[in-house]
Amino acid sequence: MKMGLPQKIWIYFLLIVTSAFVFFPVLYAFMISFMTGPEIIQGKFFPESLSFENYSKVFSRLPLLNYLLNSFIVSVSVMLGQLVVCSLAAYAFVFLKFKGRDFIFFLFISTMMIPWEATMIPNVFTIRKLDWFNTYQGLTLPFFALAFGTFLLRQHFLTIPKELHEASQIAGLSRFRFFWRVVLPVSKTSLVTLGAYGFLTTWNMYLWPLLITTNKSVRTVQIGLKQLQSQEIATEWGVVMAGVIVVIIPTLLLLFIGQKQLQKGLSQGALK
Amino acid sequence: MKRVELIDVSKSYDKQVDVISNINVTIEPGEFFVLVGPSGCGKSTMLRMIAGLEEITGGTLKIGEKVANNLSPNKRDLSMVFQNYALYPHLSVQQNITFGLDVKKMKKEEQRRKAVEVAEMLGLTDYLERKPRELSGGQRQRVALARAIVSETPICLMDEPLSNLDAKLRAHMRSEIRRIQRSLGITMIYVTHDQVEAMTMGDRIMILHEGKIQQIGKPIDIYNYPANPFVATFIGAPPMNLAKAEFDLSASELVIGNALRLSVPVDDIGKLPRQSMTVGVRPESLHPIAPETVAEDVFHVEVTNVEILGNETVFSFKMGEEEWMAKWSGQWHIDIGDRIPVRMEFESLSIFDEQSGELIKKTIDYGNYVKQQEVSP
Repeated sequence: MKMGLPQKIWIYFLLIVTSAFVFFPVLYAFMISFMTGPEIIQGKFFPESLSFENYSKVFSRLPLLNYLLNSFIVSVSVMLGQLVVCSLAAYAFVFLKFKGRDFIFFLFISTMMIPWEATMIPNVFTIRKLDWFNTYQGLTLPFFALAFGTFLLRQHFLTIPKELHEASQIAGLSRFRFFWRVVLPVSKTSLVTLGAYGFLTTWNMYLWPLLITTNKSVRTVQIGLKQLQSQEIATEWGVVMAGVIVVIIPTLLLLFIGQKQLQKGLSQGALK
Repeated sequence: MKRVELIDVSKSYDKQVDVISNINVTIEPGEFFVLVGPSGCGKSTMLRMIAGLEEITGGTLKIGEKVANNLSPNKRDLSMVFQNYALYPHLSVQQNITFGLDVKKMKKEEQRRKAVEVAEMLGLTDYLERKPRELSGGQRQRVALARAIVSETPICLMDEPLSNLDAKLRAHMRSEIRRIQRSLGITMIYVTHDQVEAMTMGDRIMILHEGKIQQIGKPIDIYNYPANPFVATFIGAPPMNLAKAEFDLSASELVIGNALRLSVPVDDIGKLPRQSMTVGVRPESLHPIAPETVAEDVFHVEVTNVEILGNETVFSFKMGEEEWMAKWSGQWHIDIGDRIPVRMEFESLSIFDEQSGELIKKTIDYGNYVKQQEVSP
């Protein structure tokens, strides 16, 4: 589509304004993380000098590296777990024929309508009975089976022509090898999307880790941030924001890397 | 090279009506066998049953000398080319070609050698490193073909492999597939809805309609002696002209479509049914008149449509309730609405029983022979 210069200017203006709106809180947090206490109270936007004092305080006050590592381990295992479980489930729903397949699928999908907060109490009881408090498996396992992920992958698997399945049957490929050698590589795009989604939601999870962790051993970084806020009578916002910025970095990194991968995957396109 | 034998094969879904029934045919080793029929006649289902992708619900399928009803597709020793080629989009051309070999755990070196060999045969050498999406339709078709050839199976199945190509490329690939099949001696089972492909490629063709065999035979025999009106109209372009006819015993004449009377030679009177029948005549058997034409063979028609193709002229006219077409070679200046004389002989008629559709009277053999093989200097 060709645009005249005035239209272009207008559109870019709108884009800049809206992105400023969206990005303002993050930017402000970034600025605050370099300010001293009085500066924040005065309501300044730009810090007078770049001081890294807040950052060193965050690391001294909290075992932040430890929390980051915990968050990372939990997020990566949930991501991998979701990819394995969802892709296998979606494969079964698309390529295997069994009685009541569609019914089971809709039953599976209907669990999306139950908010997970509603299932939280039974889940907590289960974890307690298993004696999995303060363990990684307690933090990760309940999130492996994801109806949304199964649905997402199923939709992609459905676009794979059935001739590919038949051709590999004639070539003598077993079911699992067809899954591994054809279905997964062809659906790379959706797998990356689901992976990024799984990682980010787990990274930002607050309530579940709060319930499951009682000590520092496996506590995740989001709980750590909350601790910063409530430890003092008057919260040192500079320190909290420094923590926030540190926590946000992996998310942004993943977004940038993931975006590149996503674009690559999308541009590959499907072969008719 | 292996024989494929179908004995009383049938197929039904959910134990309901048979979509295919009473299929009895033996496909000889090294034969190019074409399954042809209109869409929805069950030809693809039949092919998929031979491939093992579709369950056989009745009868016996033999591949070689073995009963193959319950063998899995990879145990049947066959390869298959699909209509949409079914290339793996994430693999390069070479990996696509050697995919089957890789599954069979052939050595990498051997795989590469074979892929290069086949690529050379099909003119794909420059494209081995490309992905399928970077190829044109014709090239993808060749890759699919290469994948079937490289597996060196004695039987190859093809499901409308040329229907996604343009007309010129299709004509080229037709002869190419035929050439490869001959040189490798593969038993080929080829499904198409295109009667031109069936006529030009097949050693024998089978015409299917509504899940039943209409006729099996050499293409030229089917063209000359169609077993019933369906085959007569399906094979040949334009199709055979059909009309209802009655035999008038008192005048010993055949009344076609209440419009045209054609005298019947004395010898043939006994062979005709007493009442009504269906007569058919090929468009090319309706000739322009010549000086030696007998007056009783000529009838006049009013032209309703004309197509001049350069080397031949096709025009249509009303014959009773049916629209008939005639094909004259050369260019004829005819206008719509003209009344022109047409010559038709009783010998060129095919006559079918009206009820059963069975062929009662064959047309005569119009085959020409080359008299002088060598050209004198």
